[in-house]
Amino acid sequence: MTELNDLYQEVILDHNRRPHNFRVIDAASAKQEGYNPLCGDRLTLYLTLDGNVIKDAAFQGSGCAISKASASLMTDAVKGKSVTEARQLFEQFHAMITSEPGTPSDDLGKLSVFAGVREFPTRIKCASLAWHTMKAAVAHPSTALRASETDAPVSTE
Amino acid sequence: MTPTAHVPRPRSHAPAFDVAKVRADFPILSELVHGKPLVYLDSANTSQKPLSVIRATDDYYRHANANIHRATHLLSERATGLYEGSRKKAAKFLNAADPHTIVLTKGTTDGINLVAQSYGRSVLKPGDEILLSWLEHHSNIVPWQLVAEQTGAAIKVVPINDLGEIDPEEYVRLLSPRTKIVAVGHVSNALGTINPIKAMIAQAHAHGAVVLVDGAQAAPHLVIDVQDLDCDFYVLSSHKMFGPTGTGVLYGRKQLLEAMPPYQGGGDMISNVTFEKTLYNQIPYKFEAGTPNIAGVAGFGAAIDYLMSLDREAALAHEDAVLEYATARVREIPGVRIIGEARHKTGVLSFLLEGAHPHDAGTVLDQQGIAVRTGQHCAQPVMDKFCIPATIRASLAIYNTREDIDALVRGLHKVREVFA
Repeated sequence: MTELNDLYQEVILDHNRRPHNFRVIDAASAKQEGYNPLCGDRLTLYLTLDGNVIKDAAFQGSGCAISKASASLMTDAVKGKSVTEARQLFEQFHAMITSEPGTPSDDLGKLSVFAGVREFPTRIKCASLAWHTMKAAVAHPSTALRASETDAPVSTE
Repeated sequence: MTPTAHVPRPRSHAPAFDVAKVRADFPILSELVHGKPLVYLDSANTSQKPLSVIRATDDYYRHANANIHRATHLLSERATGLYEGSRKKAAKFLNAADPHTIVLTKGTTDGINLVAQSYGRSVLKPGDEILLSWLEHHSNIVPWQLVAEQTGAAIKVVPINDLGEIDPEEYVRLLSPRTKIVAVGHVSNALGTINPIKAMIAQAHAHGAVVLVDGAQAAPHLVIDVQDLDCDFYVLSSHKMFGPTGTGVLYGRKQLLEAMPPYQGGGDMISNVTFEKTLYNQIPYKFEAGTPNIAGVAGFGAAIDYLMSLDREAALAHEDAVLEYATARVREIPGVRIIGEARHKTGVLSFLLEGAHPHDAGTVLDQQGIAVRTGQHCAQPVMDKFCIPATIRASLAIYNTREDIDALVRGLHKVREVFA
């Protein structure tokens, strides 16, 4: 059960039980839906942007422990960062969860708890859903609000 | 159980069923998964294969590999013999009077698409209706949406009740002279509900509608008699009934198949080709364009032989006893909510465990060697009806035992420990 404990670390279980930033931002400058059709995980991400800086980030939705904890820690991590920094973090996070088990990866602080996901290929999409959604939200923040009402949600498929 | 779907099962003096012998026929059941003995509870997704099926596929490549219906040499004769032999076996399995009414397909999805595009597209007109049920698998929804869009026909959906059963009154209410096609599952893949299809077929016929039955989930469990059911189309997949993937059957009423235009064009489906006009082959070859999955069909024949060599009544009684045991044991676990409690069920136990998302439960169970399916089971409307994003689904076949269920229950307690 060692691998299982690697996947479900206390931090992840804790964020699943009590997710941070689990709320709606009424006056969000970007809103984006994310959906994993494989397991039905669904979230809505809200960002408040001040120029190029993410002032606030929050989410709502339902999903497995990995996806919920990932959204919780992602919204924590990107708050106060510039859009460029957030994109960079996405790349680092993505590299970490898709790297070969045993290979070293960047120290991502609290986000490193997701390193165990790479032992579970079927769960990588759960961990990356919130990040893909964030990436889509900052890509066109001015249109995201409008687009989210009509366009298909971003998907990890 | 519907009285028409199978022979009655007197529980008190059910004949003996040697599950240990059956298990020994399936080599994969002795596989270790994460160092633990495999507990395979995902047969509704795909079933495991007995040695006879694996051998039949292997034998075809070793001793008979050639194209069918096309050459004069001995290997082609052997290949054609195996292929047509499986068609005859499928006809017997379904109690179809004529093997020419058996179209070999890629599987259930292919069969439904064939009927939707060939039959549906040629008969449907704007204002016509296709009647589905809320229980359907996506593969018995989307092909009809495609043809509805092409023809201007409308889709109507029969609701289900809180037990996961089709509402019989609503079904009758929704039938009308506008109903041209009824497409309904024999057994629900997500919940295990056995639908009263014989009665539903008779009611549809009274309104002049043609009925397609999706039998993918019924075939490994129930005795199927297309003449007794009086259905117009019956589709199933080899891989759910212990055969290889990539093949299956469409049974069609002879007059309907004969009148239907081809689905795909190519070799084998023609009798004469010129650039001015092509004449199509007779049924069923008209619907079998291209070189098919011959090895798969050879294995499918072996799977039918395997199923028919069993005492089906005893096998079903065994499966029902294990399902009953599983339902009782899983229900005892605190925080469990069972989804789908139809009075007539087979092979499926769908449920939720409070505090643990199905996907997380699936991972924890897998680490203990227990294979279940978690998610929407390609039946999103069913999930929506119960306002849930997903379920944990343990599904059974003839080789499952009470010990498998005990392992599942221990596994679920472990899930509770992790997510308590």
